[in-house]
Amino acid sequence: MATGTQRANQLTMADMKGRVDPDWCPGCGDFGVLAAVQKALIELQIPNHNVVTISGIGCSSNFPGYMNTYGMHTLHGRALAVATGLKLANHGLTVLVTGGDGDGFGIGGNHFVHSMRRNVDLLYVVMDNQIYGLTTGQTSPTSRVGMKTKSMPFGNIEAPINPISLALAAGATFVARGYSGEQKHLTELIKQGIEHPGFSFLDVFSPCVTYNHDNTYQWFRPRVKKLEDDSAHDPTNWLTAMEKSLLWGDEIPIGKFFERTDVPTLHGAEPVLDDGPLIHLGLRVPTDAARSFVEELM
Amino acid sequence: MQQTFAVGIGGAAGQGVATPGDIFAKIFSRRGLHLNAYNAYQSIIRGGHTFLTIRTGPGKVTNMGDGTDLLIPLNQDSMDRHLKLLTAGAACIYNADTVKAGSPADGVQLCPLPVSVLADITRNKVAQNTLAIGAGLHMMGIGFSALEEVLREQFKKKGDAVVAENIGVARAGYDYAAAHFTPFPNALPKTEHRYAILSGNVAMAMGGAAAGVKFYCAYPMSPSTGVLHWMAAHARKAGIMVRQVEDEIGVINMAIGAAHAGVRAMCATSGGGFALMSEGLGMSAMIETPVVVINCQRAGPSTGVPTKTEQGDLWQMLGAAFGDYPRVIAAPLDIGDCFKLIPEIFNLADRFQCPGLVLCDLLLSEGRLSVEPQELDFSPPIDRGELITTNGDVGTNGDYKRYKITASGISPRAIPGVAGHIHTVATDEHMEDGVLISDEFTNPVQRRAMMEKRMRKVTGIEAAVPAPALMGPRNADVTLIGWGSTKGVIEEACEILNSQGISANQLQIRWLVPLHGEAILEILRDSRHSIVVENNYSGQFARYLRSETSFVPDGHIRKYDGEPFMPHHIVEAVKEQLVGKTHLSVPMHEIMV
Repeated sequence: MATGTQRANQLTMADMKGRVDPDWCPGCGDFGVLAAVQKALIELQIPNHNVVTISGIGCSSNFPGYMNTYGMHTLHGRALAVATGLKLANHGLTVLVTGGDGDGFGIGGNHFVHSMRRNVDLLYVVMDNQIYGLTTGQTSPTSRVGMKTKSMPFGNIEAPINPISLALAAGATFVARGYSGEQKHLTELIKQGIEHPGFSFLDVFSPCVTYNHDNTYQWFRPRVKKLEDDSAHDPTNWLTAMEKSLLWGDEIPIGKFFERTDVPTLHGAEPVLDDGPLIHLGLRVPTDAARSFVEELM
Repeated sequence: MQQTFAVGIGGAAGQGVATPGDIFAKIFSRRGLHLNAYNAYQSIIRGGHTFLTIRTGPGKVTNMGDGTDLLIPLNQDSMDRHLKLLTAGAACIYNADTVKAGSPADGVQLCPLPVSVLADITRNKVAQNTLAIGAGLHMMGIGFSALEEVLREQFKKKGDAVVAENIGVARAGYDYAAAHFTPFPNALPKTEHRYAILSGNVAMAMGGAAAGVKFYCAYPMSPSTGVLHWMAAHARKAGIMVRQVEDEIGVINMAIGAAHAGVRAMCATSGGGFALMSEGLGMSAMIETPVVVINCQRAGPSTGVPTKTEQGDLWQMLGAAFGDYPRVIAAPLDIGDCFKLIPEIFNLADRFQCPGLVLCDLLLSEGRLSVEPQELDFSPPIDRGELITTNGDVGTNGDYKRYKITASGISPRAIPGVAGHIHTVATDEHMEDGVLISDEFTNPVQRRAMMEKRMRKVTGIEAAVPAPALMGPRNADVTLIGWGSTKGVIEEACEILNSQGISANQLQIRWLVPLHGEAILEILRDSRHSIVVENNYSGQFARYLRSETSFVPDGHIRKYDGEPFMPHHIVEAVKEQLVGKTHLSVPMHEIMV
């Protein structure tokens, strides 16, 4: 998503720290995502008070409380809907949405799809650990077939969602995948996502060290391959991006799959906002408009 | 008792019932007459049976009334359903080529129109409608020029030829009636007034615009969709962002997001959509971000009868979302009040930073009423409450506490983007600075303090909302208690009862939460015989009143067949209850619509 022209002076990591420390389990992948988001904001020098971090419910949804930005810790699955309303009411703000795979692809699946087709100008970071953590270990929409959890003790028999293919199909204009264990790479993707004008989707492998014993750091490390290292990869080509999104196994691509900047953002396409953010419009209906509304009825 | 005149137009959906209705409504209002219109219809785009009642008169017309003076059945089905209900003095205009009249009651005038003789029906498919309008207007004693003017407006986009064609057909009907039908004994009067005619949905949408709503979103659901349609059509002129959302869960959350950014945000739905919104209402209450939600009730449960009215969602509203939290619930009393209520409830929601719920119903949402144009006031008082929109003197973070514990329970609310006020709001229980207490170290003392802070707002809300007042004589034989949309019909029932020697008064509830139970008890203490009148099966308001005040009424009048009360339903029920025949009357709706 695009940033305002206003830049802050010399933000440091200390400026980004929230009022409390994260209560994630030691070793949780989300620590890496938090650090990368904070670093990206520092590098972009966006004033903290112009940033709103919005989440749903779940381990990773505690994220806004650990940031020193405006924050909203909303309802399970509803962060994107809340964020859409907030962005439309004040598109001068930089909006980050954070959450987990259950929150975003399970209970929030409907809003996920529709937010992408609307091209709402925000960055959506999903900390994808392929498990429900806060509810102590059940199958999630991205759990692989065969994975044993408390809710599917004999192994998952349902095919997982492919968040990257889904995002591409739903019309997201920036689609990327990061890995919590690749800090510099992740920070760069977050920066690009924030600067992208439109809906930026960033799925991040963020291992759950407590409940997911299949998809661990050890499992991911040899598999993740940066798209940026592949000179043949063209992120403006939707079809090849879709092809890459289907890769899973010994080699799993991370990086920017796709980006296009020629689609108007939702707030950019709305003529009511021609005169600036909604929040700055006068409360009163113009007198001549009010008169015409009544005259129509006579 | 004032003189009124009711026209009933019946036909299949798609047969053009609405157009003659609009034409009559325009002509009546331009004569300076009040009117009330109610359309009984089904969930079908073509076919079925639609029956539009337009009742007019020089004084306020508060409901559809008891009978039809002029019936215009556009098909046989409508003739068969309605002719038998006409009483002496009424007339029925119909297409003699396609519709056969049955045998009406004595004194009912049958007015067959030889449509194929009077108009070229191969060219004009709705000629029967236009002929009937012309004939009807002659019988009401209205000059032809009034109709000509409206037809010109109606068809001007289609060109002069179409205008001339329609005026010609209307004229033929008008002249035929002059030659063959007996006019009604009293010509419709004329006054110098001019009224605006609008539905409750339009009124609530306009009320929102007047209240300074900047963000409106909805998912289409009958009978609330009219609010969305008005908002969408007028958004650019009014400076309102209007969005159609994927579902009502998205609607409420999007509205709260916009409200959180600092604008006034509103949404409307019906019972099913409201059910989906309930978790969101809890969020509004917990993060203390105000939002206004309109529920246009229809007959439930579940999909129910989507095109029919009911007051069956009261307990859903009272119990919406889990946990205790402050809320405001109001039921508009008539279509004019639909407009007036919205700015009022926004001021309360903003001041007390909680959800404001409007409990409307199909009868008001889709009915139409004449309203004094001055009543549609686009400069109502706007009170945004303790809202921090600029940095002011605060230079550093750390001092600002979003949920500061105060005597009123109201904590000044900073909107995102204001420097020096950074905070995170949470649906989890939190401390004054917004930090969660639910996760790492739950804290009973903090939890209690926050609960009490939020709930203290209830005292302020109670003081800000007026108590209801009794209408009519104080020492009446019977007190009729109603809420919301039944105001008009109960009012007329009281007039009828008073004229028949049974003194009746009325207590109509507009503010459901807070209820002002003490004041209500004070009023009802004097009542000789109290009856609660409501459009639902279980007596939802009576049960609520009892739960809040321990007051048990002497009787109940309930209706849950999908149709609104007519005055005689209430009058007859009161009479049977006063002689001790029953404590519960469920009037039969005699019109099959």
